Amino acid sequence: MKRRAHLAGLLALPMFWLIGIYIFSLVMLLVTAFWTTDPFTSKVKPGFTLRNFEQLVANPAYLSTAVRTLVIALAVTVLCMLISVPLGIFMAKIAKPWLRALLAVAITLPLWAGYLVKILAMRVTFTDAGFFNWALAPFGITGPSFSITTVVLTLTYLWLPYMAVPVYTAIRQLPANLFDASADLGAGAWRTIRTIVLPLIKPAIIAGSIFTFSLSLGDYIAAKFVGGSTQMIGSIIASNINLNPPIAAAFAVVPIAFVVIYLLSVQRTGALERM
Amino acid sequence: MLRLSRGARIGLGTIVAVVLVFMYTPLLLVVLNSFNAARIASWPIREFSLEWWGKAFASEPIRAALLNSVLVGLGATAVALLLGTLVAFALQRYSFFGKQSVNLLVVLPIALPGVVTGVALNNTYNQLLEPIGIQVGYFGMIIAHATFCIVMVFNNVFARLRRLSPNVEEASRDLGATPWQTFRLITFPQFRSAFIAGGILAFALSFDEVVVTIFTAPPGVDTLPLWMMNQMARPNEASMVNVVATVVILFSLLPVWASQRLGREISDRD
Repeated sequence: MKRRAHLAGLLALPMFWLIGIYIFSLVMLLVTAFWTTDPFTSKVKPGFTLRNFEQLVANPAYLSTAVRTLVIALAVTVLCMLISVPLGIFMAKIAKPWLRALLAVAITLPLWAGYLVKILAMRVTFTDAGFFNWALAPFGITGPSFSITTVVLTLTYLWLPYMAVPVYTAIRQLPANLFDASADLGAGAWRTIRTIVLPLIKPAIIAGSIFTFSLSLGDYIAAKFVGGSTQMIGSIIASNINLNPPIAAAFAVVPIAFVVIYLLSVQRTGALERM
Repeated sequence: MLRLSRGARIGLGTIVAVVLVFMYTPLLLVVLNSFNAARIASWPIREFSLEWWGKAFASEPIRAALLNSVLVGLGATAVALLLGTLVAFALQRYSFFGKQSVNLLVVLPIALPGVVTGVALNNTYNQLLEPIGIQVGYFGMIIAHATFCIVMVFNNVFARLRRLSPNVEEASRDLGATPWQTFRLITFPQFRSAFIAGGILAFALSFDEVVVTIFTAPPGVDTLPLWMMNQMARPNEASMVNVVATVVILFSLLPVWASQRLGREISDRD
């Protein structure tokens, strides 16, 4: 009984905060999604309508934005995986200890360089009169300038460490005798990576993908500054929050739904405990 | 060991080199452009100057924004240290129904997109609290930041508590120490470095945050990232942003250095 009271004492304040403020706000946002806005005064009126959600599907601009955002988030996640696995293998299994230590610092360092700083950096790099076009000009190539490609590159740049660090840690923890056994049984390097390394680091990849996927899904600052006219779900939420809160709320449900589905489907793999 | 052919090794090495070039070139361009005499970032730089550095250091809005960022960061970190440590103790020392849910609840604020957290709190502040006469004002930002900072402290303290041996605390109690004495003299010193590391990470996260801040900052109040964002949207004063960004890049090395030191202290002890 005394233990119970202790536990309640420990949890009371954090739960008040997380449920009483955060979850309460999320629920109220969800409720607002069913409300209406007076078109003249743009005041929110309580009620019940499904029109806001209908808009998501019925309005082709909204639907294509939702699909585009999902495609961008998936592209960023796949790109991060494709970079992280070779990077992790090189660092953990090929690099000499001094190079490994140096690379470990080198890939985590930009993580703290600041979110906006990195978006600014990509903006400076990819702008029309910028470095990228200048470097490629001798080859007669023009870069992607500000477009959806640059958005994917920028988001990959922003979130790569979230994937690269867990993947590297997981590869490092693989016991060396697994590789010996695989080689002794005649498997080549490529086959060892495919049948031994990849299945064992799957939880780490999943843990990393939660971040790369969810962070890309909700981002719209990158689209705003390096995307040209590219719109993402967040752009629509942000532009509606003052004029039409219910439609913004309805749109906010879309990334929540994507992320919750993703979290629930990976919870069984035990990846959440590694975060 | 993994035996790779020479070609495969070179291939992997090339990928790593390309990734590193992609990571560092843009940051280097920002640093170089802070010395660009032109108003707008460009390449190649025709004329170098310290003009923008001088203007940035004299700028009153930048100072105000920096002060706001520090105040919000400190407030959010203080709340996160308290709440994160409490949850870490609850989840580490007790088993109870709904433990997984509490864990999920702590992770949720950073797992969900920032725009959702921001809009949800904005909705609560503006549509629910303001009509009944409660103005959250400045505290709105601190509440929002603290919410997603809790997980940083929680992760660090929880991981440390898991490795502590309960024997020392039992010995302390057997020798007649009160629970508070045991906590203060035995338990806390054992997880202090994780507590500090978590606090540094929480502060860094808050200092860097922009999306949630956009929706929770009271009108007319800028944090440093908000100031930067407004400048980036305004093309004419672009060069001063590069100066601030360069300073942020330099300062971002501090937490990395600190957590490396704390990390070394931890691994020395193991």
